[in-house]
Amino acid sequence: MIVVILLLASIAFQWAKHRAISLVGGTRGIRNLHSLPAYYGMYVALWCALPALAVLGVWHLFGDRVVIGMVLAQMPLAFQNLPADQAGLLLNDLRNVVAGAIPMDTVRPEIVAAAHHWQQLNAQSAVAGGLLALSVAIIVGVLALRTVRSDLRARNRVEKMAEWALLASSGIAVLTTVGILASVLYEAIHFFHFVSPIDFLFGTTWSPQMAMRDDQVGSSGAFGAVPLFAGTLLIALIALVVSVPVGLFSAIFLAEYAVRSVRTVIKPLLEILAGIPTVVYGFFAALTVGPLLRDFGVSVGLTVASESALSAGLVMGVMIIPFISSIADDMITAVPQSLRDGAYALGATRSETIRNVVLPAALPGIVGGVLLAASRAIGETMIVVMAAGLSANLTANPFQAVTTVTVQIATLLVGDSEFDSPKTLAAFALGLVLFFATLVLNVIALKVVRKYREQYD
Amino acid sequence: MTIEKHQHVVNISRGLVFNEGDQSLPGEAIETKTVGQVTVDSPVISARHVNVHYGEKQAIKDVSIDVAKNAVIAFIGPSGCGKSTFLRCLNRMNDTIANAKVSGSIRLDGSDIYDRSQDIVQLRARVGMVFQKPNPFPKSIYENVAYGPKIHGLAGNRADLDEIVQLSLRKAGLWEEVKDRLDNPGTGLSGGQQQRLCIARAIAVDPEVILMDEPCSALDPIATAKVEDLIDELRENYAIVIVTHNMQQAARVSQRTAYFHLGDLIEVGPTEQIFTNPRHRLTEDYITGRFG
Ligand SMILES: Nc1ncnc2c1ncn2[C@@H]1O[C@H](COP(=O)(O)OP(=O)(O)OP(=O)(O)O)[C@@H](O)[C@H]1O
Ligand SMILES: [Mg+2]
Repeated sequence: MIVVILLLASIAFQWAKHRAISLVGGTRGIRNLHSLPAYYGMYVALWCALPALAVLGVWHLFGDRVVIGMVLAQMPLAFQNLPADQAGLLLNDLRNVVAGAIPMDTVRPEIVAAAHHWQQLNAQSAVAGGLLALSVAIIVGVLALRTVRSDLRARNRVEKMAEWALLASSGIAVLTTVGILASVLYEAIHFFHFVSPIDFLFGTTWSPQMAMRDDQVGSSGAFGAVPLFAGTLLIALIALVVSVPVGLFSAIFLAEYAVRSVRTVIKPLLEILAGIPTVVYGFFAALTVGPLLRDFGVSVGLTVASESALSAGLVMGVMIIPFISSIADDMITAVPQSLRDGAYALGATRSETIRNVVLPAALPGIVGGVLLAASRAIGETMIVVMAAGLSANLTANPFQAVTTVTVQIATLLVGDSEFDSPKTLAAFALGLVLFFATLVLNVIALKVVRKYREQYD
Repeated sequence: MTIEKHQHVVNISRGLVFNEGDQSLPGEAIETKTVGQVTVDSPVISARHVNVHYGEKQAIKDVSIDVAKNAVIAFIGPSGCGKSTFLRCLNRMNDTIANAKVSGSIRLDGSDIYDRSQDIVQLRARVGMVFQKPNPFPKSIYENVAYGPKIHGLAGNRADLDEIVQLSLRKAGLWEEVKDRLDNPGTGLSGGQQQRLCIARAIAVDPEVILMDEPCSALDPIATAKVEDLIDELRENYAIVIVTHNMQQAARVSQRTAYFHLGDLIEVGPTEQIFTNPRHRLTEDYITGRFG
């Protein structure tokens, strides 16, 4: 059906184009038209296709319900007055029969009759919908065709439509964000009926295991999120301690020292780091770095848990090196050569120039890059799940196992869970806090970066 | 960058004059050997047979010239003739360009600046540079001027540094305008003020020579006039080499003028003589506006 409508639209396109041309007496008269002929074609084609597609869409959305209603109305009374849950089951059965998932001969005759009825109605509905859409396409198309005059501002109207289409696509992205935020917010508020926000934000014990049934002897849940935030910060901090110097120094090397051939090799290699899936980092952390650290700890007399904040943080640090190095590299190369020349002309050496002139000039941008990397580190889950463990210790000792906000969200929601226990809802509250934390970091980072970009324009 | 020491050492005190009279070589339509007096009595810089190549391309061809103490010499010539290139040879700023190759000899107070033993940091402290576009560091006005003395360790303490900064800003004619806002960023000044700040920054390290590459081309006439006055005052203490496209400016501020053409130094002489009575046809064409 869609194909037919599009075909119609393309016919309308040609037709309108020719009509526009013939209106002004052939191709020589094109400059008497307000717009190029193709715009008239486009204009009519859009009018032809869009309303018809809309009709088709609406028909599909609501036609099904109408059909079901009609099918049920035709069934014996006994079936019509079923309680809600049984009616649902019946409907499911019917649906499966219609789809052929259940053989006809295994179900009751009433249902078979209803299924036949359904199929019949479905076919009719499809034909009716198609015909309606077609006639809409033709009628609206013809109407639009008749409005084609030499002074019709077809170009402006097509441009307007294009604008709306673009707006709609960006609207989808924004709406999704808003939708996510709204659902998280809704569930989080729900959660705060069970646990007060104060307890949540400032409590220091986290053990979300709730008694599932009243008779079960389970631990009553404690939802103090401080250990999670502390763990998140600890790991992010370790990651930054690793990645900021390494990223910055490699950026300085790439931007200021490396000859072109070295640069073209090293830069893509560094950026590969950003493309490695985090699961791979995770098992690298858990299977290689973790045991290594533990053995090293043993040899120097430290107790390092095999799942430790340190190993997760170190590996995460490696992961975010490319974020920092590529932004810092951009920022350093954006510093005008004239500033460097100014310093060299005063007798500054290369490293003095970099330290005293280039880095200060690039610093705001670099800080922005670091903040972006930090929000990436805070949101990272996989590495931590695999390398830092799940125990919510409130500790500043990087050799112990800790857990983070994202990890807890994941574990809270994995597996069968009811959507009204605080245990599951806690995930949404955590998500909300995380969302705001990374949002604030991102906004600050983007502000800083943008401000810096304008500085030399 | 590689440096080829020239075998030939020119006796500077003899005061050579190149190629007067001999104006035609076989096969060459226009004589490009330098006309006029390239030497001076007590040069601070003397360049001999300098060639500069950018890769395969030769940008400076066998240029010899002296820069005198306490005088301004102007380099003029059509765009792309190598004025900036030659200027940058004088404090080895060409070192930062990967494919630039300089040969010949350039002596500063008698010692070769391209010699292996020459410390580039000290060289640039003695030969300062001001660029076409004002390029103050994104630091405070004070820090801009103090930067050079700091890296060269010229000031023992904060009071010395304050004094150097103040003196340099005074010499650059900027002190009265900025004395109340030394902590404001240098980038916040007007274009003309920024350029004088850059001059102050250059003289703060107490150089012997100041190189200026079109220092007024980004400035309005009033700011230009101020900088020109400043150049005239600075002549008392420094040797100044200025590249300019503005013939009136060259006539106003310089005592000697050198005309470059496609990498050749065509003519050198007292500014007045170059502008009133050029001896080479190319020079004449250029200053009368028939070229470039
Ligand atoms: N970094 C470089 N690499 C290659 N060639 C260069 C480079 N810099 C300058 N050149 C070339 O050397 C020649 C001289 O350039 P230079 O900048 O010295 O000219 P100029 O006389 O200063 O011109 P202008 O008056 O436009 O500033 C030009 O042909 C230019 O294209
Ligand atoms: Mg130039």
